[in-house]
Amino acid sequence: MNTNRTLNVILGIYVALIFAFVFAPIIFSMIFSFNSQRFPTIPLGNFTTEWYAKILADPDVWEAALNSLIVSVSTAVIATFLGFCTAYSDFRYNFRFKGPYLALILLPPTIPLIIMALAMLAWFSKIGMSGQIYSIVIAHSVLTAPFAMAVIRLRLNQMDPDLESAAWNLGGSEWATMRHVIIPFCKPAILSGLFLTAAVSFDEFAVSWFVSGLNKTLPVIILEIVQGNIDPQVNAIGTFVFLISMTLVVLAQVFFASRQMKSMKS
Amino acid sequence: MSAPLVVFDKVQKHFGKFVAVKELDFEIREGEFLAIMGPSGCGKTTTLRMLAGLEAPTHGEIRLNGQVMNDVAPHERDTPLVWQSLALFPFLTARENVEFGLKMRGVDKAERKERALRWLEKMGILEFADRDISTLSGGQKQRVALARSLVMEPQILLLDEPLSALDAHLVIRMQAVLTDLQRELGITFVYVTHSQSEAFAMADRVIIMGKGEIAQIGTPKDIYREPANQFVAEFVGRNNILSGTVESVSKDTARITTPSGEFTVPTNEVRLIKGNKASFVISADLVHIAKDEPKGGNKAQCKLISEEFVGSMVTLFLEDAQGHEFKVQMQERELSKFDLKGGDKIWLSWDTQSAHVLNES
Repeated sequence: MNTNRTLNVILGIYVALIFAFVFAPIIFSMIFSFNSQRFPTIPLGNFTTEWYAKILADPDVWEAALNSLIVSVSTAVIATFLGFCTAYSDFRYNFRFKGPYLALILLPPTIPLIIMALAMLAWFSKIGMSGQIYSIVIAHSVLTAPFAMAVIRLRLNQMDPDLESAAWNLGGSEWATMRHVIIPFCKPAILSGLFLTAAVSFDEFAVSWFVSGLNKTLPVIILEIVQGNIDPQVNAIGTFVFLISMTLVVLAQVFFASRQMKSMKS
Repeated sequence: MSAPLVVFDKVQKHFGKFVAVKELDFEIREGEFLAIMGPSGCGKTTTLRMLAGLEAPTHGEIRLNGQVMNDVAPHERDTPLVWQSLALFPFLTARENVEFGLKMRGVDKAERKERALRWLEKMGILEFADRDISTLSGGQKQRVALARSLVMEPQILLLDEPLSALDAHLVIRMQAVLTDLQRELGITFVYVTHSQSEAFAMADRVIIMGKGEIAQIGTPKDIYREPANQFVAEFVGRNNILSGTVESVSKDTARITTPSGEFTVPTNEVRLIKGNKASFVISADLVHIAKDEPKGGNKAQCKLISEEFVGSMVTLFLEDAQGHEFKVQMQERELSKFDLKGGDKIWLSWDTQSAHVLNES
C-alpha cells in the first residue's frame, strides 16, 4: 500500500522532529559541558572536564545535591506510601463521596505549578514551616503522590479480588494478608512509583524555589548560577540532573513494563 | 446418626434492599458430600461465603460443631475454600501457594515444605512444585488450588464451582479425583455448582436453591425421580412435565386431565383435590416408545422433532398434537430397532408408578 507507506514516512519524520525538539537542547547542553569555551558557540573549543571539576569542588553544589537527594528520597517514600494507601482504599472499599475523594487526590498535578508553589509558600509561612527541607518534602509529596497512586491503582485493578479473601480464608489476618499478598502483588508498581516520584521531585523547580529558603536543591542552584552570569558549570550540573532523572524514569518504566509483560503471559 | 457438623438456623442475607438468601434451614452431616445447586443468582455462592465467614448473615445463626460462627473472622475459621477463579497467588510458586495457609498458621519452615510437597505429590503435580503459577495448565492449577486447601487438613472443604473453567474432558477426570479424595479423607465437602451433572455425579445429597430459598434437599436419585415442585423439575431437566385438572382421586391413584390427554398418577404426600390444578413429571428415561398404539395405560401420540446423542444415550424430542413437548431418553442401540426419522408419528407410554406429582409452588 503506497499511501500507507507515505503516511508512515511522514509520521516517522514527525516523531523524529518531536524527539529532536525535546532532546536537542539537552544534548547540546551535554556537549557544551565538555567544551572549553566559556560561551556556548560553534565551532566548539577543546574537550575539557574543567566544568565538572569546578562543580565538584563547589561546596554549594554539593550541599544542593545532598538536599536534592534527601528531598527526593523522602518524597518518594512518603508519596508512594500515600499513593498506595489511597489506591488500596479505592480498591477495597466503597463509600459515599468516593468519586470526589479520588478527584481531590488526583487534583494537585492539574494545578499550575506556580500557583501551587505560591500557595504552598503562603501556607507554610502562615504556619511557620517555610524555608525548611521538610517544607520541600511536604510540598513534593502532595505534588507527586497522585503519580504513585495512579501506577499502584492500575496494578490493583489487575488483581483478582478473590486473592485477598483467599488469604483470609487460609488463615491470614488483615495485616498478614497485606504483608504477604497485597504488597508482594503490588511490588513492581510500588517500585515503579518510588522511582517515578523520586524523579519528579528531583527535577521539580518552581515549588522548590518558592518554599526552599536557604535549603537549595539542584534545580534551584542551576537558576542561581544562570541568573548571575553565563557559566558552563550549569551544563555540567544539568547533565548530572538529567542522567539521574532519566535513570529513575527508566527504572520506573522497567518495573512497569516487566509486570505488564508478566500479566500478559499469565 | 451423629450430630450435624454445620447447622444453618433461619439464616438470611440481605445486601441493602436486595435479599440474596431468604431463609435457610439445613444441616450438613459430618463426612458427606453435599452439593448446593441452582441457577446463577440463587444465593448458593452467598451461602458458601457465609460458611467461610466472608459474608455475615443478616439474620439467623450458622453453627459449626455446635459453636455459633456468626462473629468469627474468616481467618480464624478452619473452612478452606476452593475458588471458582482459583485465586492462586501469582507471585508465588506452586509449592509456596500450598504452603501459604501453613505459614499463616505459624507452622515452621521445614514442616511446611514437607507437607506441601506431600500434597503436591498426592495430587500428582510434584514435578511442578517450583514452577510459577502462570506456567501451569488449567488442570494443574486446579490441583494446586485443591492441595492449598487440603494441606490445612480441614474438617470441611468448601468448593465454589471449581471445575467451571476446565475443558469438558478434564471436568470428568477432576470429578473422579474429587470423589476419591472425599472418600479417602472422609472430610465433608460442600460443593456449589450450577451444573446438574457435576452435582448428581459426585454428591451424596443435593440442595437445590432458587431465588434465595431451598427448593429441595435430597439424594440425587430423589431429586431426579421425585422433584418437589415445578422449579426443581424444570431445573433438573430431562423430564416431561404435564399440567391439568384433577378428575378423580382414589386411594392410591388419581386421574388428571391435561390438554395432552387423561393420565393416571400415583398419589403421594401432595394433596390432590378433585377439580384443582395439578402437575406431574415423568423422567425422560422412564418413557417407552412404540409404533403401534399401546392397549390402555398412560399414552400419548407424538411426532418426532429431533434427536440428540450423548455417547451411547440418545434423547428424543417430540411434540403431541397440542404442541406440548415430550422428551424420551434411551440407549442408542434400543432406538436403532425402530428405524425412525423426523416427522414420524410414534406412541409414548409409561407406567403409572413412573409419574410423580409436583407441589404447586
